[in-house]
Amino acid sequence: MPIEKHGHDHPKLSWWRTYVFATDHKTIGIQYGLTAMFFMFFGFGLMLLMRWQLAYSGKPVPLLGRLFGEDSAFFPDGIVMPEMYNQLGAMHGTIMVFMAIVPIVVGAFGNYMVPLQIGAPDRAFPRLNMARYWCYLVGGVIMLASFFAPGGAASSGWTSYAPLSVIATSGQTYWLIGMIGLITSSLLGGINFIVTIIQLRAKGLTFMRLPFFVWTQFVTAFLLVLAFPPLEAAAVLQLMDRLFDTSYFLPSGLVISGEILNVAGGGSALLWQHLFWFLAHPEVYVLILPPFGIVAEVIANNTRRPLWGYRSMVYSLVFLGFMSFVVWAHHMYLTGMGTALSAFFQTTTMIISIPSVVILTALVISLWGASIRFTVPMLFALAFLPMFAIGGLTGLPLGLNMPDIALHDTYYVIGHFHYVVAPGSTFGIFAGLYYWFPKITGRKMNETLGKLHFWPTLLFMNCVFMPMMIQGFAGVSRRLYDGGASYAHAQDVLYLNKFMTHSAFGLAFVQLFFIVNLFWSMKYGAKVSRNPWDGTSLEWAAPSPPLPHVNFESLPVAHRGPYEYSVPGENEDFTPQFQADKES
Amino acid sequence: MDTIPYTTEVHPETGLYNGKLGVWIFLASEVMLFGALFSTFVFLRVGADDWQGMQTQAALNLPIGTINTFVLITSSITVVLSWASLIEKDFSKFRRYFGATVALALLFLIFKSVEYYQKFSHEAYPENNNFLAVYFTLTGLHALHVIGGIVVIGYLLGPGAKMWHTEPERYTNRIEVTGLYWHFVDLVWIFLFPTLYLM
Repeated sequence: MPIEKHGHDHPKLSWWRTYVFATDHKTIGIQYGLTAMFFMFFGFGLMLLMRWQLAYSGKPVPLLGRLFGEDSAFFPDGIVMPEMYNQLGAMHGTIMVFMAIVPIVVGAFGNYMVPLQIGAPDRAFPRLNMARYWCYLVGGVIMLASFFAPGGAASSGWTSYAPLSVIATSGQTYWLIGMIGLITSSLLGGINFIVTIIQLRAKGLTFMRLPFFVWTQFVTAFLLVLAFPPLEAAAVLQLMDRLFDTSYFLPSGLVISGEILNVAGGGSALLWQHLFWFLAHPEVYVLILPPFGIVAEVIANNTRRPLWGYRSMVYSLVFLGFMSFVVWAHHMYLTGMGTALSAFFQTTTMIISIPSVVILTALVISLWGASIRFTVPMLFALAFLPMFAIGGLTGLPLGLNMPDIALHDTYYVIGHFHYVVAPGSTFGIFAGLYYWFPKITGRKMNETLGKLHFWPTLLFMNCVFMPMMIQGFAGVSRRLYDGGASYAHAQDVLYLNKFMTHSAFGLAFVQLFFIVNLFWSMKYGAKVSRNPWDGTSLEWAAPSPPLPHVNFESLPVAHRGPYEYSVPGENEDFTPQFQADKES
Repeated sequence: MDTIPYTTEVHPETGLYNGKLGVWIFLASEVMLFGALFSTFVFLRVGADDWQGMQTQAALNLPIGTINTFVLITSSITVVLSWASLIEKDFSKFRRYFGATVALALLFLIFKSVEYYQKFSHEAYPENNNFLAVYFTLTGLHALHVIGGIVVIGYLLGPGAKMWHTEPERYTNRIEVTGLYWHFVDLVWIFLFPTLYLM
């Protein structure tokens, strides 16, 4: 029996317990959101330095040069040195994936919205939730601290391929230790999500009545719980290699700078790639599934009609989650692992594209014939569809091992996965933020500033990433310090570097609209009631913002499915899940 | 936190309380962690042109390993008996069995340290070859899990035992999930022992 006590009888918690060591899922969600957003802008900043170097090779970065002075080893007078460039690349990837996007979509949105959408007072394990945030923060701080390590931060790419990473400077050790903090955090979060969604659903909220967003978080949680431990194992093994001179990833007779490395040998560099990608491919779905969920919520709400094919979307999602564990080696076609393995992973990769297409198609069909409300969240959700489609479809040639021979490790790959994550996941995040901001703060974000944010962002995103595809087709490799200037085959597409760099700076500039809007609206935005978008799922039954620690005045009961919009015969064009059936 | 449902009572559909489901899922992730490490061992051994570990493997201390296996299995039995005693509301019997579990865990660590000491005194270090690397990584990580178990059991025997007088059901549940974890630690060793010592 659930305890039927919903208290306004909580003793007032101290400031520390309320805002710092909080156990309330809403506070933790906001902590996550703000921290991850800081990391995201930091990671974006690193990328701007890289783009500067690619367009204006060897020229000092404006303004920053004076800050660092000529004594700086990697950044003298603001000139990006090659070692610096490698650090920027590795840390940009690591920060964006593990410290920004995943914490925002799972830690912030998942934490805040899932208990509300399932009508629960909190997560199943509030203190575990707190521990999770602190693991994340400590891991993140260790990562950033690595910039001050002798030899600088990790510089072997976000993939940390061995044996390069094993013989790298001490920044790599920071990377591994930071990673263990981030992984532990994700594990604890995943466990908490699964238990919360299975055990704490409101009365009447069966699995097939769950909002699609909750489903995406549910599948994501399984990916976190099952895919992260192998990376933790891999990190431990690489730490052993670095600190105790073992040779898990060091083959016999490895020659470095003309000398045979003095280790036992017998290890395998491929082993690292297998362990890494066994995590990192499901990780890709961790980045994209929750934004799928957000976009589905926003689309149903703004088309004022049920999602088309909810059930097939759910089944596709579960299948997608399952398949994501058996496609990892499509990142490794060129490693010489053998044609039989390549054929297997090529097949599974083609199969996994089917459920993604099902979900995307269902979302597109949902738009058919609807009278769409073009609100700011809806604009982002609508833009998500073609942007993610470009990202997904450009992945197909990479998943087939013949074209991958030509495209592997070129800018085409960079363009492909950035389309998935940058205008894909990020647009999902923006849609969710504009959509749920009223629930979180009780105020609406400004529409005009929102549109001023949306349109240039859409434009600049494409200006940054589309030229990468062109460069990739021309054969320009990724991770080149000079952007290809010293390669004959790259000469025809070099002019694009400046274009992409200027677009990236433009993209950075228009985010100011968002930042101003975010903080301005917190204080001065128009006040809203508890259901400003006329939504149907359970979070709209709670006050805006929801009550501390208990969320709802009384726990809601679900009477129907999550997307009962425009039901014939009803007075309103929405019938919330929490609305009791009419007496007939 | 008192408003969260199913912290002690079982959910009518799943038949589990939150903590038990949480521990099962945690153990699933642990399976993946150790699974990755065992796979590493297989991958390296199968892929090696010349597996240098054969002789080293033969030099492992089989008697100590065997005794340790029995020590851990016995501790798995005592941890169940301690939980069963709580069901019977016999707190002093529970303390004896739970205390025995922690004593056996410590005994395991002592034997393990003796084994490590023997290895080090014969200049067998992780860097010597990949078999020793796997041996030290896997047994070391397992030992960390044993230490983690000792900390939890120690807490529940000491300061955590107060809960028996205030919320006996919840305390019994805590013992149960600790037991689940402890069985898993035992199980990992059951796989480690033949893989490292016998094969």
